[in-house]
Amino acid sequence: MTGKFNLKYLSLTITIGLFILMYGLGAYLYTGFLSLQVFLNLFIDNAFLCVTAVGMTFVIISGGIDLSVGSVIALTTMISAYLVQNAHWSPTLVIPLVLLVGSLLGFAMGYMIQFYKLPPFIVTLAGMFLARGLCYVISINSITIDTDFYTKVAQYHIPVGADAFISVNVIIFVAVVAVAVFLAHYTRFGRTVYAIGGNEQSAVLMGLPVARTKVLIYTLNGFCSALAGVVFTFYMLSGYGLHAMGMEMDAIASAVIGGTLLTGGVGYVLGTMFGVLILGTIQTLIVFQGTLSSWWTKIVIGILLFLFCLLQRVFESSKGARDKSTATAQPPGEAQPAKAQ
Amino acid sequence: MTASQPTFFRRLTASKLFWPLVALALMLLFNLVFTKGFFHIQIKDGHLYGSLIDILNRAAPLMLIVIGMTLVIATSGIDISVGAVVAISGALVAMMIGGTLVLKGGVQEYVTLVPMPLAILAALGAATLVGLWNGLMVSRVGMQPIVATLILLMAGRGVAQLITNGQIITIYYKPYFFVGNGFLLGIPFSLYIVLAVLLFTLYFTRRTALGLFIESIGINPKASRMAGINAKNLLLCVYAFCALCAGIAGLIVCSNVKSADGNNAGMYFELDAILAVVLGGTSTAGGKFYLIGSIIGALIIQTLTTTIYSIGVPPEITLVVKALVVFVVMLFQSESFRKVVFNRFGGKVGQS
Repeated sequence: MTGKFNLKYLSLTITIGLFILMYGLGAYLYTGFLSLQVFLNLFIDNAFLCVTAVGMTFVIISGGIDLSVGSVIALTTMISAYLVQNAHWSPTLVIPLVLLVGSLLGFAMGYMIQFYKLPPFIVTLAGMFLARGLCYVISINSITIDTDFYTKVAQYHIPVGADAFISVNVIIFVAVVAVAVFLAHYTRFGRTVYAIGGNEQSAVLMGLPVARTKVLIYTLNGFCSALAGVVFTFYMLSGYGLHAMGMEMDAIASAVIGGTLLTGGVGYVLGTMFGVLILGTIQTLIVFQGTLSSWWTKIVIGILLFLFCLLQRVFESSKGARDKSTATAQPPGEAQPAKAQ
Repeated sequence: MTASQPTFFRRLTASKLFWPLVALALMLLFNLVFTKGFFHIQIKDGHLYGSLIDILNRAAPLMLIVIGMTLVIATSGIDISVGAVVAISGALVAMMIGGTLVLKGGVQEYVTLVPMPLAILAALGAATLVGLWNGLMVSRVGMQPIVATLILLMAGRGVAQLITNGQIITIYYKPYFFVGNGFLLGIPFSLYIVLAVLLFTLYFTRRTALGLFIESIGINPKASRMAGINAKNLLLCVYAFCALCAGIAGLIVCSNVKSADGNNAGMYFELDAILAVVLGGTSTAGGKFYLIGSIIGALIIQTLTTTIYSIGVPPEITLVVKALVVFVVMLFQSESFRKVVFNRFGGKVGQS
């Protein structure tokens, strides 16, 4: 038991440590890196990624996966842009509507995964095609938003200290993380999510509402990606079917770097936030460096993922050695779809 | 009619190949009715032309990847880096061949940087290397397959862009175009490649114990180890083979479009491939695998795409139609969904 908690906090500590280290490296190498605004820009530029990665964290903790988030973000930007710009709807109507659409998509996918026993990978893959396709049905071109409300929100600066600012997106970012931490660690829902990821069969036998919770998790993730889409709309001020291409992989990578195990049961919302910040720092470092091309971001993220997974394996195997002595037998019916040693 | 009919029906529907074949047949039937000249095959300049040939030719890269992916999924693994491998192999071969048009004594001649066989070998070698790395991570380090291959999905595309220097490399070398566009005895050359790889794989998995070993790793890794199967080396080989298949597919893709794009080549191939395998009846939980089923799955995906284009659906809603068909096929493969539908509408099937 203690081993498990050590593992969780240890990998979180390493994630935070790495973030500080990388940021320190930037501050040491480049003048101006340490300024408050550069630090705050990390939050401004990565708010959408963090919002969706938080939802993804819940899905992964429960042992599932969701590949549709990038497309749902694109769909949200597209619907918002179309309704606001071409149909002249009020934003107060559009934003709740897109959040509802995202949640419904998530609910439908969760329902199929739970009640028709379909693999999450495939269901959310089809969901990804559907959402991306719907974008093109609305329009194959990019729609620029220039209505009052969106531009005002996008340009609204909340001053921090003397000469730095944050945007409205950062407020949403922080609120989502706060709510998610509360949900994960202080509610019955959160504990059920961890229980399902630890061992779904045991969770059922314990009488936990597994079916309801699993559908809820995907609904929550759908909501989060739609919210990320709203944040993204504020950030880009346009709707486009090619927005957020491959964002699902960035979200999964942030969660893994943040210490979430893809087998489920272990994960930390705060870790995911730092995972996102690390990805952001890599990008900022490459911008400051100036001569490196953008593909180095991908390579560095790959290397980081590798190091983190390696570390997790080391912890796991040392934990496994301890567990063997206490003889924790797994129930025979428990399938291990993602493990092949 | 007779008492044996329900059991025959049962036996038929119980076969894993039944539902994928039904889906493919339905799609072809749809084309028979709605697409004019879909089944028309004609001979032009000694080559076979027609929608069916076109589907087969275009599905070639996917069919190749699907063969490797089926084996990986059978070991209860997954390989999401195949798209990146396609990009890497294409980028390497394009960089090494390059090709320029040179005037030699008044005759135009194509010149390569590196001899073509060498370039192809290098690309396939690099692909295999990527696969070995994946296999090493899964079998020796003990990472979950999805994480191990996620690393290369991320970094691989970066590497491909590094090779092409972020640009789209065009190939000017005619002999190389034969790989993806050539015809041999009237049939697209790429189909021979697919057939060769398929027969090779079928032989080794069905005529030797290899297939059983792979299935046993997927069903119960512990028990198969107890039975004396060298799971570690076998996994290593399976991942290397999957990447090699993706590498060959990369050569075909690159030859088809006569250029290499590190950023977009093979985009979402991994998803299409996994989809094809699942449509073909292989469970993502591992165990029993159906190579022919996966090939049918790949053909379903390509037929769907071609059908959508040929019946004049605007390209912008292609993805939506694709998604809806995937949902339908998927739901009918789900046992619990079939139960719900049959109990409601076809009580006879449930009762007999």
